[in-house]
Amino acid sequence: MEKLFMKGNEAIAEAAVRAGCRFFAGYPITPQNEIPEYLSRRLPEVGGAFVQAESEISAINMVYGSAATGTLAMTSSSGPGISLKSEGISSLAGAQLPAVIVNVMRDGPGTGAIQAAQADYLQATRASGHGGFRMIVFAPASVQEAVDLTVKAFECAARDSNPSLVLLDGCIGAMMEPVILPPLKKTERLRYAGAGAKCLNPSGKDVMVVTSTLVRPDFQEVLNKQAAEMYDRWGREDVMAEEYQMEDAEYVVAAYGTSARTAKTAIRELRNEGVRVGLIRPITLYPFPSGAFARLDPHKVKFIMNTEMSIPAQMIDDVRLAVSNRIRVETCCCSGGIMMTNEDVSEALKNLLSQCKEGVE
Amino acid sequence: MMAAGYKRPESLQKRITGYCPGCMHGQVNKLIAELLDEFGLREKTIGVLPIGCGTLSMMNFNFDLVIATHGRAPAVATGVKRSAPDRFVFTYQGDGDLAAIGLSEIMHCANRGENVTVIFVNNSIYGMTGGQLAPTTLVGQKSTTTVQGRNPKEVGYPMKMCELISQLQAPRYVVRRALDSVPNVIQAKQALKKAFQNQLDGKGFSFVELLSNCPTNWGLSQSESLEWMRANTMKYFPIGDFRNEEAAL
Repeated sequence: MEKLFMKGNEAIAEAAVRAGCRFFAGYPITPQNEIPEYLSRRLPEVGGAFVQAESEISAINMVYGSAATGTLAMTSSSGPGISLKSEGISSLAGAQLPAVIVNVMRDGPGTGAIQAAQADYLQATRASGHGGFRMIVFAPASVQEAVDLTVKAFECAARDSNPSLVLLDGCIGAMMEPVILPPLKKTERLRYAGAGAKCLNPSGKDVMVVTSTLVRPDFQEVLNKQAAEMYDRWGREDVMAEEYQMEDAEYVVAAYGTSARTAKTAIRELRNEGVRVGLIRPITLYPFPSGAFARLDPHKVKFIMNTEMSIPAQMIDDVRLAVSNRIRVETCCCSGGIMMTNEDVSEALKNLLSQCKEGVE
Repeated sequence: MMAAGYKRPESLQKRITGYCPGCMHGQVNKLIAELLDEFGLREKTIGVLPIGCGTLSMMNFNFDLVIATHGRAPAVATGVKRSAPDRFVFTYQGDGDLAAIGLSEIMHCANRGENVTVIFVNNSIYGMTGGQLAPTTLVGQKSTTTVQGRNPKEVGYPMKMCELISQLQAPRYVVRRALDSVPNVIQAKQALKKAFQNQLDGKGFSFVELLSNCPTNWGLSQSESLEWMRANTMKYFPIGDFRNEEAAL
């Protein structure tokens, strides 16, 4: 296998092509611009199409149109653009269309700062649009993982006829690392997508209506129940998490993406000092790996330190739900553009450690 | 035995439309369906429908449809056509959809010269939501959000979409027709036919505006609404060809 040295954003773009993506529409926004730039050159080489849309709203709706023809399609943006795309993401979910959305996160709220952050956890996992739908959310922590999870995002989107989201911070998008890319998948326009279409148009035997517009509430309930079953299935089958140095851990860091990398360095340093600290790194943020936290023994684990590039912390809600108040949950956070160092994480952990000891005394 | 001189187009379903009595949307549905049959395009067609009264056409048409969100049909059609260039793709949009919330999408789809056909049904009001002010409501015309009539000092003047779009370089065919009378309906069908042929010939973007009525929200009978169209709508929005490259040659 050939090993290449690639920037995260470009590696995601190439991984998408190799996973069968044949349509991309996007709009310029920092820090994800390498994705549309790369695909504007690359997609025509494989018979695909690229459109620079006039807006984020238009881009996601172009993706909706392309997906309706049975094409694997993608768009990418950053937080402010994802907000604009939310109408279209909801429509993709409502019409049961596959697509991959990439959010290279910057800080917020509002236009925020353009530097790397993890500001969109709640938007990604709770409500990337109206109407109460869900997406599988993948959170890579390296360029290789960004490649692998982009491929997986396309596989899940096609399997479920549902949009999936790759959520990375600007660091992963901008950094260069060695990667091994998957082979180029042979692809063809599969079918008309939109599983909900058949029950809408019973009189037309050979026609498909791709829509999230339902004229009867009983149709909506049928589709929503199917979706709820799918979300439950994800929870059983698609959860991904990495557990690092957890065998004997008395202190646990919860972190994803770049924060988890920083935390790992701090954990190695503290382990050298004899501190039994480990890491749980959610790789799917939805479905959330609640089991990894629920399994923790409250008699053994003194605290969980939720570590995020977001103030206030966002993933902490899921961590707290998973441990049901059985274990103390604290935070170590920084805001956009300010990179957390391993020293910051070590220091925060040591402060909590000393508090624990004082508590015992 | 004589062959049937007139029959329901295969591109229409055997169903009564959900449109109000006297509304011309059903007429537009029929013109499109007749032309798709005549061109033999039914099985190649993907219609992109809007949000608004036009959405109801999903119960009438008998070919593949994609329903867009409000105003986004030209963007959806772009995605459809770019990924399935072998398909015949049209959008069907009303004036709130196309000229208000979807103004950006229609202008940029036209400016890219996408090889699609846009059918713009302009009845100067939001029908589905109960008669609010549209970008195309005439000066003085009453709506539920301008009960004294459209006052240009407050909300500006009605937007002329053919005139705007024909300022762009890429569109190949930009025309306005009216649905107020049999001769004009025949003219409308001919314009649609030309627009369809343009797409089949790969010529690019075609835009057909059809002036229509809304008896329910105008508070008029059908015949009164058609009279009102002739006396008001068709004076402000002149019928004509705003871009017709072949005619210019």
